[in-house]
Amino acid sequence: MDEIIQEGKNVQEAIAKALNELGLPRERVDIEVLEEGSRGIFGLISGKTARIKARRKKEKKEIARDFVAGICDRMGTEVQVNITEENENPRQVILEIEGENLGLLIGKRGQTIDALQYLTTLVANRKKEEDYLRVIIDAEDYRNRREKTLEALAKRMAEKAARNGRKVLLEPMSPQERRIIHMTLKDDRRVKTYSQGEEPFRKVCIEPN
Amino acid sequence: MQELIRFITCALVDNPEQVEVFVEEEDKMIRVGIKVAEEDMGKVIGKQGRIAKAIRTLAKASAAREGKRSQVDILE
Repeated sequence: MDEIIQEGKNVQEAIAKALNELGLPRERVDIEVLEEGSRGIFGLISGKTARIKARRKKEKKEIARDFVAGICDRMGTEVQVNITEENENPRQVILEIEGENLGLLIGKRGQTIDALQYLTTLVANRKKEEDYLRVIIDAEDYRNRREKTLEALAKRMAEKAARNGRKVLLEPMSPQERRIIHMTLKDDRRVKTYSQGEEPFRKVCIEPN
Repeated sequence: MQELIRFITCALVDNPEQVEVFVEEEDKMIRVGIKVAEEDMGKVIGKQGRIAKAIRTLAKASAAREGKRSQVDILE
């Protein structure tokens, strides 16, 4: 139940009843007053009851999910977007797109799914007063596959840097992707890694020690 | 395409009622123009055009479904 109409002697009472009914704190509910209500006079003229509509606010992860589903829908792909709760990190949500032929939605080197992820993060975090939510969008296990690819690339390039005694500059990557490169090589004593340049063209540099 | 771009743009701006989206289709090309309230310009362009770039990427994917190319312009 996400929305109820509640009556009470006054607006405050109606709100209190509604929150109780929804089982939610005040900050997670939008209230619309339908009827202010008024007190009777000396009990002679009966007062009017107050009526309010209480609606559960959409959480950021729901805003994100609805945005992704709305885009896929308008791109003509039939999909289901699931909020994955596997990791209990409240500051991060993983949205899993399920459907057929998602290659187009992922795009070359994931550029489409990354664009979708970037826009979704912006839309979900429009309300600045709440905690920032990190949004990760995945489809056909793409994030996992990409991680494997990047790890292999990192190792190959570290090998190359060490062998030639020259630094290797990788192509521009997102912060998440750069992180995978740094993590993969953090224990490789032959090289050190750092990022250089400005977003969104920041690159990882692998330098021989 | 029209609906897709409108949906994305409206979700990004503060004044969705002022969003206008123009679409012109030729045989191999879909041209899209986006018009938003002046104070919302930054919300559809972004730092170094990052938001506009993301919108273009999604438009490109959508057009590719029909075997077409796309061009998205943000109009003054």
